[in-house]
Amino acid sequence: MNRLKFDLWVGFFVAIGFASLLFLALKVGNLSGASVGETYRLDAKFDNIGSLKIRAPVKTAGVVVGRVSDIRLDAANYVAIVSMQVGKQYEFPSDTFATIMTSGLLGEQYVGFEVGGDTEVLKDGDVIKKTQSAVVIEKLISQFMFNKAADSGN
Amino acid sequence: MLERTQTALRWLGKGVNDRIWRLGFASRFFLMTVLHSGTALRRFFLTVREIYFTGTLSLVIIMVSGLFVGMVLGLQGYDTLQRYGSSEALGVLVALSLVRELGPVVAALLFASRAGSAITAEIGLMKATEQLSAMEMMAVNPIARVVAPRFWAGVISMPLLAALFSAMGVFGGYLVGVKLIGVDEGSFWSQMQAAVDFREDIVNGVIKSFVFGVIVSWIAVFEGYDAEPTAEGVSGATTRTVVTSSLAILAADFILTALMFRGA
Repeated sequence: MNRLKFDLWVGFFVAIGFASLLFLALKVGNLSGASVGETYRLDAKFDNIGSLKIRAPVKTAGVVVGRVSDIRLDAANYVAIVSMQVGKQYEFPSDTFATIMTSGLLGEQYVGFEVGGDTEVLKDGDVIKKTQSAVVIEKLISQFMFNKAADSGN
Repeated sequence: MLERTQTALRWLGKGVNDRIWRLGFASRFFLMTVLHSGTALRRFFLTVREIYFTGTLSLVIIMVSGLFVGMVLGLQGYDTLQRYGSSEALGVLVALSLVRELGPVVAALLFASRAGSAITAEIGLMKATEQLSAMEMMAVNPIARVVAPRFWAGVISMPLLAALFSAMGVFGGYLVGVKLIGVDEGSFWSQMQAAVDFREDIVNGVIKSFVFGVIVSWIAVFEGYDAEPTAEGVSGATTRTVVTSSLAILAADFILTALMFRGA
């Protein structure tokens, strides 16, 4: 079996095809650098998660330290339980504050950690006690309107 | 009146009957092709030769069209996005529309007209000039020797061509968006990478193009094999290949999109 002249061109075609797949995976998609290595789980309870979605980032000081892995409703207390997978290399004090924030005015929502000063750190499966729910713009606007109305009444 | 109704009913019944008959034959033919593809995979140079004709020779049309589609997406997308002050999201728009939809679909449509029609014409002419019968006389199974290599070549080429189309399109969108209009380069790429998911978007796009590859190759080899062995028959079969596979691609795209992207 000899090499044919087709083989060169077919090889070229296959190579360029796989190169573009690789380009799509690494440059266009988020296959590279998306994972944070080994993780541990933290839970947090929120009154209102807004439009937070699974796989949303968890950030501290703007740096991605983990991802939201699960969102479910605590049927007894009617609060949302958000599970997060946080990178093993990051440790957080047990009085860390979890807030649902929005990147930009119309951007996606993420969980922000504001680090406290406690010496004890959160471990796998721990529940973050101090949380702040998502800001609902309708509520803000109605609050503003009520205040305005109250001011003009005086 | 009764006479005319009878004729119309007969015509309708014959039409439906013929279609279903043909569909059954096509399905059996598909099964035979898959069953007899041992030769195409064992003597792989047969398939490699067909990959050259279907894949390598389609490279230029796919790359040029991908580039232009991406460039148009860049212009149109920018025009709409800048009204909402979010022109940085241009990369997301270009990449998602290419990877999810336009890449697989447009590449498959081009593939059907560039390579599918050629396969049909080739096999149809082989049948018209009785080369297929001659093979059977020599105890060579024409499905294993002629049909299966072309079928597998199409199935292998299609995902690669679609990926190439998408990559060229993203590059075209980058050229227009960043180089020509002046969208910030950093946010173009970083927003794109944040929004495009490997499993959800890219793998689903590859699955789509694989399914389209099976559909187009199947229709092309079947129409060629089933063509009437005359000059008219071959030309009709070639036309049917392009029309049927274009419609089948769009219909299958709707079904696949409904299954894959239901807004999680």
